[in-house]
Amino acid sequence: MQADLGKNYFELFDLPVTFDLDSVDIASCYRALQRRFHPDRFALASEPERRLSLQLTAQVNAAFQTLKDPVARARYLLGLQGVDTGEDTDTAMDTGFLMEQMELRESLAEAREAADRHARLESLRQRVEGEFETRSARLRDCFALNSEPALRHARNLVREMQFLQKLAHEVDELE
Amino acid sequence: MALLQISEPGLSTAPHERRLAVGIDLGTTNSLVAAVRSGIADTLPDEQGRHLLPSVVHYRRGVDPEVGEAALEAAADDPLNTIASVKRLMGRGVEDVKRLGNLLPYEFSPGASAMPSIKTVAGDRSPVEISAEILRALKLRAETTLGGELSGAVITVPAYFDDAQRQATKDAARLAGLNVLRLLNEPTAAAVAYGLDQSAEGVFAIYDLGGGTFDISILRLNRGVFEVLATAGDSALGGDDMDHALADWMWQQAGLNEHADRKLQRRLLRDARAAKQALTEAATVAVQVLRPDGTVWQGEFTRATLVQLVDPLIDRTLAPTRRALKDAGLKPKDILDVVMVGGSTRMPRVQEKVEAFFGRKPLTTIDPDKVVAIGAAIQADILAGNKPDSDMLLLDVIPLSLGLEIMGGMVEKIIPRNSTIPTVRAQEFTTFKDGQTALLIHVLQGERDLVSDCRSLARFELRGIPPMVAGAARIRVTFQVDADGLLSVAAREQGTGAEATIMVKPSYGLTDDEIERMLRDSIAHASEDNSARNLREQQVDADRVLEAVQAALRADGEKYLSRDERTVIDAALAALHNVRTGTDLMAIKKAIIAVDTATQAFAARRMDASVRTALAGHRLDEFKS
Repeated sequence: MQADLGKNYFELFDLPVTFDLDSVDIASCYRALQRRFHPDRFALASEPERRLSLQLTAQVNAAFQTLKDPVARARYLLGLQGVDTGEDTDTAMDTGFLMEQMELRESLAEAREAADRHARLESLRQRVEGEFETRSARLRDCFALNSEPALRHARNLVREMQFLQKLAHEVDELE
Repeated sequence: MALLQISEPGLSTAPHERRLAVGIDLGTTNSLVAAVRSGIADTLPDEQGRHLLPSVVHYRRGVDPEVGEAALEAAADDPLNTIASVKRLMGRGVEDVKRLGNLLPYEFSPGASAMPSIKTVAGDRSPVEISAEILRALKLRAETTLGGELSGAVITVPAYFDDAQRQATKDAARLAGLNVLRLLNEPTAAAVAYGLDQSAEGVFAIYDLGGGTFDISILRLNRGVFEVLATAGDSALGGDDMDHALADWMWQQAGLNEHADRKLQRRLLRDARAAKQALTEAATVAVQVLRPDGTVWQGEFTRATLVQLVDPLIDRTLAPTRRALKDAGLKPKDILDVVMVGGSTRMPRVQEKVEAFFGRKPLTTIDPDKVVAIGAAIQADILAGNKPDSDMLLLDVIPLSLGLEIMGGMVEKIIPRNSTIPTVRAQEFTTFKDGQTALLIHVLQGERDLVSDCRSLARFELRGIPPMVAGAARIRVTFQVDADGLLSVAAREQGTGAEATIMVKPSYGLTDDEIERMLRDSIAHASEDNSARNLREQQVDADRVLEAVQAALRADGEKYLSRDERTVIDAALAALHNVRTGTDLMAIKKAIIAVDTATQAFAARRMDASVRTALAGHRLDEFKS
């Protein structure tokens, strides 16, 4: 006995199955669902209702984690269309992008030791964020087109954004 | 057959009955119980007007154990049978206890499970059983004061408590006959007591300096969601250390030698505590020491002396505070408010130092001993359904990552720390040998990569995998963490459709058989009629089920049930209603299960429909808030 488990995350949140979503909308749907279904609301309810509430809230939490993060959202959306981003299995990347990544990582290593560490890290962070935003905008266009070549391109963008996200995280750690 | 009365939709059968629910702060040194009465949350005193119940249990031969003040008095004469600070042992394995061993005077005996027991004249007692005695005393106090049976309790636990410690706490409550509505993190409870959940967004620090422990937690409130960002502390630092520092000073001033007797030491400690408390108001306090030779030393404590003695101890709380802030990626100035918890935060010097550190005055208007219990009571009142309009929602996160052992003694994280609960995650694993038919699943909690650095929660085997070549089996391991932070793990081989599912209870915990035995023991000890009590519990359960299902039918019965389905449910309800007043325990149990089974589809349909309404209405909600 399970509630709603056939729905995809977008349907669960009653949002259009699209990449271009407003983070405020996602968060407000999340809060509405939590307010209604959190196990705290079923503390004295019958056993089947308590079990359903637990399953449903767990699913709502998982959906929110995916939908609020643009990279996870895009990966999930591609998955719904049968496109596997294959980060674990397919490691081939665009050479230009890889060169750029290596250069960024060298800057990160240098910044760690530098006297003006904070200034360097800040400028690095801005650069990484810029690269990320550029791809995010292109991703939006790809999903709008929704053609096969556009989705193929979207797959590459998601893989690159994953790299950038990781790098941004490492910069944050050092700051 | 008595027919069940069913009222017209929209007409409630009875005026809303207030359910009795309490908040319990099960502390290391002291415990409290609180309830909301006439809209005000406060702790409940015993007949002598004392709010704090010392968390001490004194076991005696042949009679029920003493709990609280009476047990504390027995500590000096009968130390081996008087158990204090049992919270430190909750959910701990034999290995952990060995590490703590030299700090505790008790004799341990290995239990049937991995959980250690303490030898007493009344037999071996596990930390869960000892905690249950404390909870039982609080439950009795609450039921006497409030004049009725409790429908449930919210019990607080430290934010850093791992799965084992939470499960042990819940087991203790079950043993004490309490229906746990929720385990709530202590810092979250303190924040609720101050109504911070009603405030705007922000980050709060909860500074908790008790008798023997110090905890600091950084909480973020984000659109009605409380999230624990970081916790740190010192499990061997508290007000007791200050008393010792003051007593040592008196000792030196009085020129006592090393070998004075225990009685004099205890008296000095008591005088030191009194002087410390008096200095909250007074500028100086006169003290005297009666030396063993009959002469008297007279002296006085000044604020300046006190500051000199306690400052090094207070400074030791600031190191974990800095660490917690760093973990949360924050600076002291980012903190919107600081909540003071624990008796030792009454000291003006502690408040001064905390204010200097954060650059703002800490919140001290609620009694720091009671604040956690009060917050728990507010939450219990809401969970019991006494405030249907309340919008408060406390979303907790798990404090530590959960994972599995993989090849090479490494840990693969399945659920990362700070994931909002409840949560479910699944991951697929495979066999690494040809023809492998079983798989050992080792569940761990912690942030480190090596198995040896994490806390082992459970080991279990998945058997009956059909023989295949290595890597062909697909074993899906599912972790589920409920709203209390408790984990269950299931594993299933799916490749061939062959299925084997095992739910585990972490290995520290008690097996259901052990709980059964303890329930029986404790009931025998409480010299109550065993079957009468069990029966009463089943009847309360039956009432809860009847009430819940009838409310659901009144609201949505017409909408989601066919005539036939309704007949089946009504029959199950009528059957339960019939046996409920009887004395056949098993019949009531079976009737409850029958109602649960009959209402499953109904519950699912209501839930589905609610999802749609919740979302249809949510934009309106946003305007209101």
